[in-house]
Amino acid sequence: MYPSRFGYESPKTVEEAVALLDAHAGEAKVLAGGQSLVPMMRLRFAAPEMIVDINGIEGLRYHRVEKDGSIRIGALCRHEDLEADDAVAKAVPTIAAAAPLVADPIVRTRGTFVGSVCHADPQGDWAATMTALGGHIVAQGPKGKRDIPIADFVIGPFQNTLAFNEIAVEAVIPAPKGVRVGNYLKLERRVGDFATASVAVSLDMVGDTVADAGIALAGVGGRTINANAEASALIGKKLTAENIASVAAAVAAAAEPRTDHRGSADYKRQIVKTFVERILLGLLNSSQKAA
Amino acid sequence: MALDEIKIGGLGASRRRVEDNRFIRGKGNYVDDIVLPGMLHMELLRSPVAHARIKSIDVSKAYEIPGVRLVLTGEMMAARNLAWMPTLSYDTQAVLATDKVRFQGQEVAAVIADDPYIAKDACQAIVVEYEQLPVIVNPFQAMEAGSEVIRDDKENQPGNKVFDWEIGDKAATDKAFAEADVISKMELHYPRSHPSPMETCGSIADFNRATGKLTVYMTSQAPHIVRAAVAMVAELPEHMIRIVSPDLGGGFGNKVPIYPGYVVSILASILTERPVKWIEDKTGNLISTGFGRDVYLQGEMALRKDGKMLGMRMKTISDHGAFYADAQPSKFKIGLMHSAFAAYDLPAAHLESVGYYTNKAPGGVAYRCSFRVTEAMFFQERMVHAAANDLGMDQAEFRRINLVKDDMFPYRTAFGFLTDSGQYGKCLDIGMKAIGYDTYKAEQAEARSRGKLLGIGISTMTEPLGAGNSREYDILGIKMFDSAELRVHMTGKAILRTGAMNQGQGHQTTWAQIVAHELGIPADDVTVEEGDTDTAPFGMGTYASRSTPVAGAAVAMVARKIRAKARKIAAHLLEVSEEDIEWELGRFYVRSNKERGVTIQDCALAAYSNMPDGMEPGLENNAYYDPPNLTWPFAAYFVKVEVDAETGVWDVLKVVAVDDCGVRINPMVVEGQIMGGLTEAYAMASMQYQTYDEEGNCIGSNYMDYLLPTAWETPGFELHEVVTPCPHHPIGAKGVGECATVAGPAAFVNAVVDALGHLGVRNIDMPMMPNRVYEALTTGKDISGMPPVKMGD
Repeated sequence: MYPSRFGYESPKTVEEAVALLDAHAGEAKVLAGGQSLVPMMRLRFAAPEMIVDINGIEGLRYHRVEKDGSIRIGALCRHEDLEADDAVAKAVPTIAAAAPLVADPIVRTRGTFVGSVCHADPQGDWAATMTALGGHIVAQGPKGKRDIPIADFVIGPFQNTLAFNEIAVEAVIPAPKGVRVGNYLKLERRVGDFATASVAVSLDMVGDTVADAGIALAGVGGRTINANAEASALIGKKLTAENIASVAAAVAAAAEPRTDHRGSADYKRQIVKTFVERILLGLLNSSQKAA
Repeated sequence: MALDEIKIGGLGASRRRVEDNRFIRGKGNYVDDIVLPGMLHMELLRSPVAHARIKSIDVSKAYEIPGVRLVLTGEMMAARNLAWMPTLSYDTQAVLATDKVRFQGQEVAAVIADDPYIAKDACQAIVVEYEQLPVIVNPFQAMEAGSEVIRDDKENQPGNKVFDWEIGDKAATDKAFAEADVISKMELHYPRSHPSPMETCGSIADFNRATGKLTVYMTSQAPHIVRAAVAMVAELPEHMIRIVSPDLGGGFGNKVPIYPGYVVSILASILTERPVKWIEDKTGNLISTGFGRDVYLQGEMALRKDGKMLGMRMKTISDHGAFYADAQPSKFKIGLMHSAFAAYDLPAAHLESVGYYTNKAPGGVAYRCSFRVTEAMFFQERMVHAAANDLGMDQAEFRRINLVKDDMFPYRTAFGFLTDSGQYGKCLDIGMKAIGYDTYKAEQAEARSRGKLLGIGISTMTEPLGAGNSREYDILGIKMFDSAELRVHMTGKAILRTGAMNQGQGHQTTWAQIVAHELGIPADDVTVEEGDTDTAPFGMGTYASRSTPVAGAAVAMVARKIRAKARKIAAHLLEVSEEDIEWELGRFYVRSNKERGVTIQDCALAAYSNMPDGMEPGLENNAYYDPPNLTWPFAAYFVKVEVDAETGVWDVLKVVAVDDCGVRINPMVVEGQIMGGLTEAYAMASMQYQTYDEEGNCIGSNYMDYLLPTAWETPGFELHEVVTPCPHHPIGAKGVGECATVAGPAAFVNAVVDALGHLGVRNIDMPMMPNRVYEALTTGKDISGMPPVKMGD
């Protein structure tokens, strides 16, 4: 790998890192897992003047389930940390289902959840998962911290609303309104390929009634597709084959796929519809079994 | 007592690979590991466009970067008569472009600098002005009247046709069709793929002005051919050229040709009088070096209604890219395409082949394949599948009726090959039993009633491996024999050198096993060396599954020469006449008294210390082996799949491989070869293809876009063996390295097509991406050609 010449700093605190970003006025990039940044530098698609490596900052590699069921994920939490944790799997099944589908095992040992959300790739698994779950990103800049709701954070392809001198230090997933269930399905041509289509579904159940519902899609538009409005048709209802079919159709209609070598737009909608149906029918079946 | 052959690592021992000790410890020695004093680094500037006239090249900005030593352009190469070089198919290829660029990724300039970062920076500083020309990305555009002529550098090249070629008996074939009850047709595309070895191409050229010697460390599967070519192109005397191929990180045919980077690094070293290292990056390797396949195949089969094949008409239209650089014997314009149907008792056949230039990377290398045999066998097995269906016959039964029977060997094929041996029916039986063929039809029907789509695909074939013989096979006029040189030291240890070139096949392990088999010297006592033209005997290198059939035979033959001399020494030591000496593994003894004997090690010591009067001292020899025929392994592959009707995703439920490659030197190595080949077969069938958009942009320029399966997708394989010794090979071995790559893809495609057969689907071209399978199963129509590519996605 022969990237363009760049500077490198390894600050010990978030404050130092923020100061470095501030000093380089938009020409610096934060290096966390590096699984998107480094390949782009290798291809010379990205040529940052300064790399601010935050891996030396203590206390950023964590994830924890709080008492209320909300989850906090630090900036250096690797994909594999989430994949390996039973507490996360229990609290947020959608994250547990998505974690082993992120890229490939090599990427997952190094790449980070927060970095992936920041990268805002329309194909990104975590941006879609977080969009379905709601929650916010905690950004730290020269003036301190602020919360940015996920819907206001990922605003387009490879675009987030961090200021040039801010670092996303934490992602927060809100507490469930009941029992949280969900799943994540992805069609890819090969492990590590960008998704042909991915579907994230998360439901909060009170008894057999849907108290909250979120659905988001990856790979089927120029940005992460937020289908929470379509999912909200389930709120206050019991899951049935009929409402599942109608939500699946509505979500497929909300997708914005383009025809490319992964398939036609119609095909990708078909996958979205099939996956939404499979996830919801699966949740319906398992709740019936449990009952 | 005779030795236990398995214990000494002889024939049939699954001896652990000697090479792996260094590879798994990171102690391999690849070209990029070599560092020479004062070495400079070279980077190539490649064309961003597929077809354009070069109006100007300005290198001044590159020279402004500190650390830049030399910038080479086509004009400077031309001044030394090096702007063009010959290809392995008697065409020419630009080294650095002078007049035009003809494919995206073509080499335009080179920067030689103190380190690779500087060289890369300087490449970006070179300003090239291009005037874009119409781009041709497939042979159908190339053949259109009035289409842009790509090779306007050549005289007598009015259009884009490379060759027109035919073989077979047209009259006999026409007669077969006149007598046919049923005529079955098949038309398909075998997409372009790239062999993509893990290590890219590279070289370190080291010209020493004081000695006049040029040493080139390089990634070549055929170092001796390179030496000959460099002697001719660079006009350096052959004895002053030393080519060294160290460890190779895979080749798969990709490292047979001579690439511009090698040539430029040589000139750069001559000009700078410093060693110059060039290591291609992954993108450079994928977009510019030898590809495989890219052939449109069509044909029809004449059949009798009882299932007997009567005749075959075949036509191929091939895409060769900008330069006709296929690596193949010169007599055959489309390789050994005419080996198609060699496994079947087919009375008459005719093949017409047309090749075209396009604005794509040159190549047409034998990608893990004996010169276009992959396309031939893929077409064969897709055609056979369609013919059985058209006749309403069972796939296995149709094959059984038509496969060459055990008592018909040697069998002369309709295209003139002579297949040597085999037990095709037995292989078929083993495979059918293993896949559960008996109960399959009922299982498939039951599954369909539940909306599940099950399919089984069969692929059976024999292929010609081990070119030559020298009468028919050559590369650039050099006959395709091979060689081995064996030197037994006085303590009975030995060094063996061959003209082959290991790149993962395990020669260091298996050649020593042949020596152990012939001489009883434990394999661990034999060092194997290849790849250095100053020390290795002349050979044609390793590709086309030819090493065991040719170089491996030479190893056996040279060992037998050693044994013949050792026998004389043994007679001398035992004080009897040579006629009274018997041999058992590792030992000569007196016929009348088996207790009286000497070991091969005793003989070795005597060769240096106590030789008979008048005998030349020492125990070493060499052998050149010119095979009487190709070897003909047989493979029967069975794949069972389930297709998801809602997504088009197909899962492999089971793969059964029955291989008969004759005597297996090292069964473990053979099994590794078969599993590797099946993985590549699965890759071709599912995802691995190289494509271009309408502007000639290569889409598969990195591993995010050029898909290779990982351990996650690759199915498991169940392997079975049948052994029919090759009748003309010294140890009865046949080639095997490529059988699974060659015959495997059709088994996967046949399985998916079988699953969809009731819907009227006859063909899905590879890669069988889920979206293409879904389209086929929802429309009932065939899927042809490559997936469409649109820019901006």
